[in-house]
Amino acid sequence: MSLTHYLVLAAILFAIGATTVLLRRNAIIVFMGVELMLNSTNLLLVTFSRMHGNLSGQVLAFFVMVVAAAEVVVGLAIIVSIFRTRRSASVDDVNLLKS
Amino acid sequence: MSGFTAPEIAWGPMTPLLVVLLAAVVGVLVEAFVPAARRRTVQLVLTLGALAGALLAVAALWSDVERTGGTDVLAGSLVVDGPTLVLQATIALLALLSTLLFADRVAGGEDAFAPSAAAVPGSDYEELARRKGLRQTEVYPLLLFATGGMMLFPATTDLLTLFVALEVLSLPLYLLSGMGRRRRLLSQEASMKYFLLGAFVSALMLFGIGLLYGYAGSLRYADIAAATTTPNGMEGLLVVGALLLLAGLFFKVGAVPFHMWTPDVYQGAPTPVTAFMAACTKVAAFGALLRVVYGMLPTMAWDLEVVLWIVAIVTMVVGTVAALVQTDVKRLLAYSSIAHAGFVLAGIVALDEAGITAVLFYLLAYGAATVGAFGLVSLVREQRTGDDDAPVVLGEATRLSQWAGLGRSHPLAAVTFTLFLLSFAGIPLTAGFVGKFAVFSAAVEGGAWQLALVGVLASAAAAFFYVRIIVLMFFTDPQEAPGVAGEPAPGLTSDATPGVTPEVTTAVEPADTVGAPAVAVAEPVRAARTTVAAGEGLTAVAVGVCAVLTVVLGVAPSAVLDAIASVALLLP
Repeated sequence: MSLTHYLVLAAILFAIGATTVLLRRNAIIVFMGVELMLNSTNLLLVTFSRMHGNLSGQVLAFFVMVVAAAEVVVGLAIIVSIFRTRRSASVDDVNLLKS
Repeated sequence: MSGFTAPEIAWGPMTPLLVVLLAAVVGVLVEAFVPAARRRTVQLVLTLGALAGALLAVAALWSDVERTGGTDVLAGSLVVDGPTLVLQATIALLALLSTLLFADRVAGGEDAFAPSAAAVPGSDYEELARRKGLRQTEVYPLLLFATGGMMLFPATTDLLTLFVALEVLSLPLYLLSGMGRRRRLLSQEASMKYFLLGAFVSALMLFGIGLLYGYAGSLRYADIAAATTTPNGMEGLLVVGALLLLAGLFFKVGAVPFHMWTPDVYQGAPTPVTAFMAACTKVAAFGALLRVVYGMLPTMAWDLEVVLWIVAIVTMVVGTVAALVQTDVKRLLAYSSIAHAGFVLAGIVALDEAGITAVLFYLLAYGAATVGAFGLVSLVREQRTGDDDAPVVLGEATRLSQWAGLGRSHPLAAVTFTLFLLSFAGIPLTAGFVGKFAVFSAAVEGGAWQLALVGVLASAAAAFFYVRIIVLMFFTDPQEAPGVAGEPAPGLTSDATPGVTPEVTTAVEPADTVGAPAVAVAEPVRAARTTVAAGEGLTAVAVGVCAVLTVVLGVAPSAVLDAIASVALLLP
């Protein structure tokens, strides 16, 4: 199996993640879409790292994992605080701010 | 196994960054170990000291950089050259002024942040926290972390560091946006919108970084720039990667089509936070954009110029047109900040040396006026007569109609706000004029005179809504405020009845806000008068410094312009 297959897989996963973000209504699911996008990028980075024969991509993948973990902490804190206020985590319900 | 050789690290040039980030870490420890009663003082001293220290460190590095042209720390992860120092000084200064806004306790000893951000709005627990005088002093370390990220963001020529800096600056801002003391539903909503969109766009940007890495096999800007000169049959990766990377930066500067979050977040976030992120984030993100466009993609200039042109023009037009119809001061300033992003982009598109100086100066001028303007917005409050006939200062009066007649009741505040508006509009003798002049003349020299033309036209149109506010403040009676400006935002005027739950919007159930309470809410709001609260004077100091900066940079800009021009050379 050539390395290109991994790239295609990464692109497909990324597209699924992006679609999830744009179409789903629950903030938690939207957030999972973002995580899927980040992880598909990790696959992309590791594959390119193998193709180019240097480690930069793998190092960046580690940093992405750390950042994703930090993002989960911040994101869930925000979503949970909104859920406790409104009893809903739907992104359609947060619509007080409008021009 | 070959032995590990530790890299040589030049600690000296990193001092401004290290001071801020170390102080942020110490700030977290302060939260854990200092008794609650003294935390605010300790945090405030620490934060102000760190930011002043960063300014001093930049000053100490200045002459060295002016002589040698700059240092490259850790093989490009951090580049300390002239533009880096100018941007870091600008960010540290604006963050310092924002810290004063953060700390000021305007109404009844209460600052702008929720007593306990985790408490459910309107709950007994929140009321208890408020009466006990709890404070969320974590805002200061968060501010320092964000500032550290911002100071790193424009200083790096490495995509890995760029991504990490982006997250370090963004994550604290997501949290800060959601910590408003009043109108907490709006604040939380702003936080969630900012977070979800920000996370989405940083994922897009990361994928772009991945593609660029795939194209060049390196994360260094210089290596990528070198790789673009020799076609290797994978140009698709390069173009898509560059576009996704630019998308991430456009989001941070608030350029169209990635501007949707700006008005909502600027309106919903606590005003000191809005001031901080409107000024500092924009400086940092434009610095990074400058370095990416000049350092990584110069050989792609021909391909990318189209994109930059379209984005710049659309941003100027959309920001200006949308600002014309706003009825809320914070939203209006948000749209005006979008228009300003377009003006700066015009300077960046110029792609010449004069462009760098112009952009750096513009960011300083814009940042000073922004912090000042939002600082004043945080002081203009609703006031109601309490039970014992003593005036009670309530939340911010952000609807434009409430600003009518401010020039007569509070001339000093109104004149200062007018000064900032004139600077935004680019009227001569203010910093904004010099900035706009520099940016547009750089665009003309760079061969983009059409952009400069659109910019001048957009500025002229923008002057209309700035002048409209001035007229409203000085020549309109509070009673006869125009109906259009007073278009009620039902439920959003919050603040319910004083004494019961002053921090909570009237509408806890979102469904209630649609129509029903409009009438009920409109009445007490009209009864409230608009006043300029004194606070502890910290905000007044910050606004004063911003006003002085705006005037001095407008009247005698040559010293600053020359200083910037003498170092305005980007290291690769």
